[in-house]
Amino acid sequence: MQHSLRLASQGFADSPTSIFDPAATPAHWAFGLSKLVLSITLGIFLTVGGLMLYAVIRFRQRPSDPQREPAQIYGSDQIELSWTVIPILVVVMLFLTTTRVIWQTEAAPKPPVAVDVVVIGHQFWWEYRYPKLGVVTANELHVPVSDPAMPTPTYLAMSSADTDHSFWVPRLAGKMDVIPNRRNTMWIDPQVPGLYLGQCAQYCGTQHAKMLLRVYAQSPEDFAAWIKQQQKPADPDLSGNPAAAEGQTVFMRNACINCHTIAGTVGTGRYGPDLTHLASRDTIASGSVQNTPENLRKWIADPNSMKPGVLMPPMHLNDHDLDVITAYLTTLH
Amino acid sequence: MAITTPVLAAIDQTLTRRRPPSTVLYEWVSTVDHKKIGLMYIAYGLIFLLIGGLEATLMRIQLAVPNNHFVSPQVFNRLFTMHGTTMVFWVGMMVLFGFGNYLVPLMIGARDMAFPRLNAFSFWISAFGGVLLYFSYLAGDGLYGMGSAPDVGWFAYAPLTAKVFSPGHSTDYWTLSILLSGIGSTGTALNIVTTTICMRCKGMKMMRLPLFVWLMLVASFLVFVAVSPLTAAQIMLIIDRYLGAHFFDTQAGGSAVLWMHFFWIFGHPEVYILVLPAFGFVSEIIPVFSRKAIFGYPAMVAATVAIGFISLSVWAHHMFTVGMGPEGNTFFVFSTMVISVPTGIKIFNWLGTLWGGKIIFKVPMMFCIAFLFQFLVAGLTGIMLSAAPFNWQLSGSYFVIAHFHYVLVGSIITALFGAFYYWYPKVTGRLMSETLGKWHFWLFIIGFHLTFDLMHVPGLLGMPRRIYTYEASRGWGWLNLLVGIGALFQAAGTLVFVYNLVRSYYRGEIAGPDPWDAWTLEWATPSPPPAYNFAVEPTVYSRRPLWDLKHPEDQDTEYE
Amino acid sequence: MMQTSSTIPISAQVEPPWVLPSRGVVGMACLIMAESAIFIIFVVAYIYYIGRSLSGPMPAQVLELPIFSTICLLSSSFTVHYAVSALRKDNVRGCTLGLAGTVLLGAIFLTMTGREWYHLIHDFGLTIRTNLFGTTFYSLVGLHATHVVIGLTMLTIALTLSVTGHVKETHAERLDVLSIYWHFVDGVWVVVFLVVYVLGR
Repeated sequence: MQHSLRLASQGFADSPTSIFDPAATPAHWAFGLSKLVLSITLGIFLTVGGLMLYAVIRFRQRPSDPQREPAQIYGSDQIELSWTVIPILVVVMLFLTTTRVIWQTEAAPKPPVAVDVVVIGHQFWWEYRYPKLGVVTANELHVPVSDPAMPTPTYLAMSSADTDHSFWVPRLAGKMDVIPNRRNTMWIDPQVPGLYLGQCAQYCGTQHAKMLLRVYAQSPEDFAAWIKQQQKPADPDLSGNPAAAEGQTVFMRNACINCHTIAGTVGTGRYGPDLTHLASRDTIASGSVQNTPENLRKWIADPNSMKPGVLMPPMHLNDHDLDVITAYLTTLH
Repeated sequence: MAITTPVLAAIDQTLTRRRPPSTVLYEWVSTVDHKKIGLMYIAYGLIFLLIGGLEATLMRIQLAVPNNHFVSPQVFNRLFTMHGTTMVFWVGMMVLFGFGNYLVPLMIGARDMAFPRLNAFSFWISAFGGVLLYFSYLAGDGLYGMGSAPDVGWFAYAPLTAKVFSPGHSTDYWTLSILLSGIGSTGTALNIVTTTICMRCKGMKMMRLPLFVWLMLVASFLVFVAVSPLTAAQIMLIIDRYLGAHFFDTQAGGSAVLWMHFFWIFGHPEVYILVLPAFGFVSEIIPVFSRKAIFGYPAMVAATVAIGFISLSVWAHHMFTVGMGPEGNTFFVFSTMVISVPTGIKIFNWLGTLWGGKIIFKVPMMFCIAFLFQFLVAGLTGIMLSAAPFNWQLSGSYFVIAHFHYVLVGSIITALFGAFYYWYPKVTGRLMSETLGKWHFWLFIIGFHLTFDLMHVPGLLGMPRRIYTYEASRGWGWLNLLVGIGALFQAAGTLVFVYNLVRSYYRGEIAGPDPWDAWTLEWATPSPPPAYNFAVEPTVYSRRPLWDLKHPEDQDTEYE
Repeated sequence: MMQTSSTIPISAQVEPPWVLPSRGVVGMACLIMAESAIFIIFVVAYIYYIGRSLSGPMPAQVLELPIFSTICLLSSSFTVHYAVSALRKDNVRGCTLGLAGTVLLGAIFLTMTGREWYHLIHDFGLTIRTNLFGTTFYSLVGLHATHVVIGLTMLTIALTLSVTGHVKETHAERLDVLSIYWHFVDGVWVVVFLVVYVLGR
């Protein structure tokens, strides 16, 4: 018992995706509303549940009871009216509070300093485009932290390239669906630097489970530095690294470029993630695998073994080509 | 004053001679008797309950520990699609319509349904739909790649169902089988409405109908206005997939959200279609085992009708996260919260019935008491989900899964188990075993709470539904392990129940026509009832005709 | 034991006469309710997709008002009504005549729809695959036409029975149920006409 209690408290504290540990305004507001709703429903549960329990115990049949049937009561207008009116009052109160939070969140005015990001859901990864900053990246969203005194929220304009997805980072905000042929928006303003996790919350196909979300909230300086680095095309100078140079040739000659973009090269495909700064990311495979050279090599050899159902086909490269492509990709900082 | 005549037990003796199995089979297949059809519905639903339960158990094994490889993602996706579709269309609808078929004519003093042949047709077309759904396991990919059940989820959001994203025929099997189920449901609902309106015995005014009949009536009306939109949407999907039309083709300007609206216009009332008959069971069983008339009958009827109407305007609370904008969200928050008022009235009236009664804890009543508590919790988590900003966090998470399983298992299945114990003696003439029943009750209830109480928590910790695996670092592992253990308890309880069903058929105590000392008309015929139900067509003067007979000094008629 | 405990209340004196509505009419009303819900969904889809096609042809370019066929279909409601009331008065000849008129008018309507579709497909290349207009137009009008075909089939059966002398005054209620269905099909056409040819153009 004690063990499981300890486990329980640990579980709550350890989860990086608890909705009760908000770190941005929309999640704070949802949390605030949830506390009100939880206390009201708890009150109702204790009252009604208590009455039920009392009735079940108090009015149970006892051996000492007389044989005849209890008094037949067919109803009571006063009582029935009261248990219609009281719930109506509770509902009205809850409704008004909820409405306020809805409008507060969804109709919040957008400050001019807000960062704009276009989010495009794909089977089974995320594409992020910063149209004003000329940056394109995948799976790891970088946003500036927002000072409540001088908010710099990030506005996400979302659509999908294929099926329905949903963007959910519980500590930052509730989810918003990402739907093809439709543009949804939401905003986040993380107040503490750090990594916030989440994942696709709308079933989108075979690998829905491994369509993970990573949001890096950075101080304004770090964010500016990251943007600056991401704006550069891939470094064309591979002269000091013959393996990488050969890898680049292999990459450009194979079908890789049909799906992947590496800025500054002939690779301009948009079906798969942009790889211009692949090596600057912590993870591959939409956040499900650490970005190490070994994992990368394994991934290129057979993506399906790490993420069954992924749309990237195995490239059937020989060991040498795998080595040099991996060497090339690890230079893409 | 009513004159009573004894039932002619002599002519009620149905054939007991042993007949060859082929004759028996032929009799069942060709029957148009509402009782036999009702039993076939129930048996069919029970078989599918076991299949759906097996699918659930497999999923829980896969999720019990992080990064598990018990099944592949493809298999897992098929499992949850088949589990949801099976449980809603071929367990919920089948079993509840089975009870409706069996009980409605008996309760209103009729000899059969209004359209007996349509009744048989409806059953067989729905039954064929279920077979078709499972046939996809053999033929979903065509002969080239055998073995692919649908994997689009039970609400099959567009455009995942488009040919591009779901090649092969598995999705076609899904959509066709649901279309057939829809036709069958509509036929049965039509029958129940017509029977209730046109086949009542003398004196059975609408306000004297047993509450179960009222609830079936409203549920059947909901079938017309809710299942038909689904049928329409399935027709559109079939046209899209087979003729290359663009209803839900987002590449050609079609809308994915339109499908969501169409689906949930069906999907939410469907919850009420399933839960209203369960309310009906409880409204019949609680009075009998409290030895009191139902408290506030007119309010119960009014609340039922109100739920029916309001349930048609709440569907988009399943869509708070699709970006309807603040206006749309506000409207659906309001309608959703309002529906809690008539639902609350029902709970309070059941409480009022218990109050001052003499509660007898037989197994049917135990399930109904469990129903009351569990339905209370289900309603309260429903209120949490209706607060849109909270819903943005909760929707699509395991919290939602826990919530609607509290409704479907904690309320509907629990009430249904109570109904089985209550009406089994009427159907077979023998009582189910109380000892096994108590084992069933406790195993199932413990398992239920272990599974579904704890299942709320991973949702609060960010676990979305429909994922086949998760990372250990998310902190969901120990919860899912306990949830899985609870599933095993429930499975064990259900097996005890099935054993009890079979065993009691042969060894159960002989029940007699009225083992519970109840008050509605079905207890006035022998158990099992003869093919013609009533030797003499009855006449009633109050809501509880048998109460009047048993208590000439304290007639119900005086209180109407 | 059964004789004593299993009793049914029956009554010698009868209360005010216990009259319940006709099964056929109630059943048909239920069917119409369900069918209306199906049509509403198709109409909603049609209205939602008005003007959203990504490519032509557009309704304004290709649709013409089907005035004549509309008149035919709507007047068939009167003929079927005449058939039923004639049968109620035991006028089998009148009933046959009314049914024949109804079948004829319904057949004209179907032929006109067929001609319209041929025109659209052959001359404008508009199929169900062309665009959202084609998708919603053919499915909504086609769904209605399917109902006309079903109604016409049943009316033809009734007509055949009536010509061969199998229809009697006692069948008036059954024919009435069929006529309710036919009125419903006509009513739906009014909605389809307004949505497709007036609002959608």
